[in-house]
This record gives sequence, structure tokens and C-alpha cells, in this order.
Amino acid sequence: MTTTTAPRRRRLDRVRWWTYLLLGVATVVCLFPLYWMFIVATSDTATATRMPPEVVPGGNFLHLAGLVMDTVPFVQSLLNSLVVATSIGIGQAVLCALAGFAFAKLRFPGRNALFLVVVLTMTVPTQLSVIPQYLIMSELGWVDTLQALVVPGLASAFGIFWMRQHISATISDELMQAARIDGASTGQVFWRIAFPIVRPAAFVLGLFGFVTAWNDFLWPFIVLKSPERYTAQIAIKALQNSYDVDLGLAMSGSFLATIPLVVLFVLVGRRMVAGILEGAFKG
Amino acid sequence: MTATLSPASTAAPPPPRTRKIAGVGERLSAYAYIAPFFVIFGVFGLFPFAFTFYVALFDWNPIGDQVFIGFDNFTRMFGDPRFWNAAGNTVSIWALSTVPQLLLALVLANVLNHARLRFALFFRMSVLVPYITSVAATAIVFVQLFDRDYGLFNWLLGLVGVEPIDFVQSTWGSHLLIATMVMWRWFGYTTLLYLASLQSVPRSVFEAAAIDGAGPWQRFRHITVPALRPVIIFTVVTSTIGGLQIFTEPLLIATGAPLTCGAVRQCQTLTLFLYEQGFGQFEFGYGSAVGVALFVMVVVIAALNYLLSTRIKADR
Repeated sequence: MTTTTAPRRRRLDRVRWWTYLLLGVATVVCLFPLYWMFIVATSDTATATRMPPEVVPGGNFLHLAGLVMDTVPFVQSLLNSLVVATSIGIGQAVLCALAGFAFAKLRFPGRNALFLVVVLTMTVPTQLSVIPQYLIMSELGWVDTLQALVVPGLASAFGIFWMRQHISATISDELMQAARIDGASTGQVFWRIAFPIVRPAAFVLGLFGFVTAWNDFLWPFIVLKSPERYTAQIAIKALQNSYDVDLGLAMSGSFLATIPLVVLFVLVGRRMVAGILEGAFKG
Repeated sequence: MTATLSPASTAAPPPPRTRKIAGVGERLSAYAYIAPFFVIFGVFGLFPFAFTFYVALFDWNPIGDQVFIGFDNFTRMFGDPRFWNAAGNTVSIWALSTVPQLLLALVLANVLNHARLRFALFFRMSVLVPYITSVAATAIVFVQLFDRDYGLFNWLLGLVGVEPIDFVQSTWGSHLLIATMVMWRWFGYTTLLYLASLQSVPRSVFEAAAIDGAGPWQRFRHITVPALRPVIIFTVVTSTIGGLQIFTEPLLIATGAPLTCGAVRQCQTLTLFLYEQGFGQFEFGYGSAVGVALFVMVVVIAALNYLLSTRIKADR
């Protein structure tokens, strides 16, 4: 018996050479555009347009970066992106954990009905109502401000759903009861007991919120008017309009706006991968 | 203190006053904790959504008058060749990007699920790199890579004797270019979603099938695909809803005429058409009518998907 199954098992377990070839090609396809961005961002126009193309970085990086800064307030736009994305990331992590905690562990009239409402809101395609959203922002006097980007992004039905799952799974009713008997208020139970336990999950949620906010284009493009309010993505668009200055300008801006996320990804990317693999973003 | 911890004394009524106060406090905190979501979603999500249907009934100029015109915007839209052109482009780009993306993700997820794969974390992280790259940066670099005169891709084509393709200026070329960008950005993310589902299938199932003589293709066809069916349906729906909202790529690839994505609107999508009408022409009413049309499409697709998935369940 064992003599016949052993070789078959080994055959199933062996990784074939073409597996690595396939994954290698996929990796190159994923990484090459970023590498190419770097090449063009460091080359002068003559080199960038030479055929056959250069595949090694040139020495023009600082010159192009300087041109980028002269054309748009790019450092300011990076700061704006940082402020918006960080606020949204932290805000989503905390607000969704709070609401998820309420839905998972607190008793109040209408709890199940309200949670159903939260789930149902996920089906409303809010992206399509940008015109009324703009009208609301102009009523509030928020056009051309960063809070027009931050405040709508703080609420996430999916985040509440996800944090509720995590809190239900990790915090027992016995623990809640023990804390209560020791005299902890609801707020203390959340901040001292529940939140520290689910902080890793909240961190991953905030991370995805950060990345999405950093890369968002349509809404900032509509609502931001003056260059000193631009986020990095809108600054890239402005750089593209100034292609007469230098062909590499938009590429250099794209490169500068992507570096922070690449650094972030190298540091905590494995937690984003783990977040998806846990089934987090299956909806 | 120790007595209160035993179940018997917890069941016994504590002093009624404190109990009532604790209950009210818990309720009030609960409503306070969930309130931010409902306020924010109400003001910036639900209200604008409902308001879209209202604005669509007006000739609404943001710096001028708002005149009620009933369903005129919709009549105009159905007779507007620019609308149908944008709808056609949207469907074409969606099909070109979704079908190959999902197939590729299926294959890669299957490969990444191998128990003895080396550098698994490296590969998993690599395929997620496009997801963290912004659409704007992606568009800038892809336009350069696919440039007619100076693009690496056309240079490679030239090596095998193919004439350079003007991706941006031609209809099919621009659709392919946008679809390639969408695919590049999302295939790794989809792969990881599929991998998450695959990992819930016990290895012993694959091993048992192999012992019974099932080859790689049969295992893929009869174990992998059925196990992934729910997540495949989910990704079809999300990529369709995402596909209807493609905006940044067409805006950024045609530098000469960004709002129409080219002189003959060869790659203008519906969301870009909405933007052009709303914020380029200041026709908020007409733009909102396009928004309503997009919403109807989302509903139809969701309903079709629901029917399809219940039929699949019934077949099994």
C-alpha cells in the first residue's frame, strides 16, 4: 500500500520548473513598470527617447526633481496626501473598531436592524453621485479644502463589518463581564481591553484606508482647485499638463509620489497580504 | 468581591439603581459609537445618492438657474450618440480587462497554493505591488511604455518586424491600453483573493484525488474551480462595478483631449462622460442623468448575477 502511494504523493508535492518561470514572469511584469518609472525619472529627455532604450538609471534625478518642485508645489502636495491618508487611515481604524465593538458586544434596542442597514449601505454605489456630493461641499464651504477629502472617507461600512467579526471572535462575553464587575465603564472596556486586542486587525484596516486615500483621484480632482491644496495624484496630473517643460516631468512626479508607498509596502506589506489571505477583503 | 464572581450571585439582582444606570450608559455609549458612521454616510453617501435622481430632473447650471424639465435629460441621453459611444467603450474596456484578469488570477492562485513553493511570501508581495501604485502613476508610465515613437513595447514589436502601433489614437489600441493598466493593477489582488479561498480547501482533498489518479488539470477543473465559485462570482461583480467607474486611465492617456479621451472620443468611458458633462460643460442635470443610468446598470448587473448564481446552485 505505502509503496504505491509514496511516489504519487511526491509527484504532487514537487514544484515544477515552469511554476517558478510563471511566477518569475509575473513578478517581472509587476515590478518592471516601477523600475521603468525610476529609469525615466533619472534620465534626460534625449536618453529617455533613445532607441534602443536605456535600461540603467541616469544621473538626472535631482535636476528633474528640481523641475518638478518648480512647476507645482510638490512637497506641499506630498504633505497634503500624507495628512489626508493618515487621517483617513487612523479615523477608519478607530471609528470602525468603536462601531464594530458596539455591534459585537453592547446591548441596545435596534442593534440587529441597524447592523443590517450598515451591511446594506455597502451596495450603494456612492461614486456615481459626485455631482450632488460637490453641491453639498459647496454648501458647506468645503470646496478646495482637505476636509472635503477626509471627512467622507472616515466612514466605512466594510470596516465596521470586519471589525465586528474580529471583536466577536476574539473578545469573550466572560471577559466583558469580568471587566464590568471590576467597575470599568463602557469606554474603559473599549480602550483598555477590546481595542488593544483587535489592534492588529484595526491596523490592517487603516493601512488599506491609507493606501486607497493616497491613490484616490476622481474626488480630489473634482474638489481641489488651487495648486497648494493638491494631493500628490492631482499634482501628477498638473505635471502632465506641463509636458512642454520636460517629457520626464510627470514620470519624475509619479516616481516621487510612489516612493512613500513602496517604502510603506516593504515595511508592512506582508500584513496587507496576510489581511487579504485571512479573507478580510472578500466582502 | 469574590462572591460577585460566582454565577449564582450574578443572577441575583444587584442594587436596582446602579444596574439601571449602567444599562442606560451602555445604550448611550453604543449609539454614540455607531453614530459617526450613520452621520457621515447619511450626509456624504445616502443623501447625494438620492439627490442625484432629483438633480437629473433639472436643467441645473451650478452658476446659473435650475429649471425643472422632467425627464428631458433622459430623453436627450437616449438620443445622444456620445452617451452610447461611452457606454460601448466602457463595456469593451471592461470585457478586455476582466476576462483575462480573472483567468490569469485563477492560474496564479493555483500555482501559489503549492505547499512546497519557495519564496512564497516574495511572490505574494510582488503581485500586490501594482495595487499600491496609484492609477495616475500607472497611467503615466504605461503611456510612456506604449508610446508610438519612443515606447519600449513598440520597440520590441519593431525587433520582430511589426509596424509601431499608435495605442492612444486608435480605438482598439486605446481600449487595450486601458484594459492592460486595469489588469496590471488588479490581477495580483484578485489572485490573493482566490488564494485565500483555495487555502480553505484541505490539502488531503488534493492528495486523495491524486492518489485516485486525477491529473493536475482534473484537480484544477474538479476541485479548484468549484471551491472558488463563490469568490469568482464576487470578483466578477466587483470588477464589473469597478469597470463602470473607470475614469482616471482614460483621462490621463489622451493628453491632447483629456475630457473626451481623444479627438473622436475613442476611449471616453461613461464616468468620464459624466465628468465632462458635469464639470466640463457645467450641465449638472445632464451629468446626474448619466449617473442614474450608471446606477441602473449596476443594479441590472447585480440582479443578473444573483439570478445566475442561484441557477448555478440549483444545477448542482
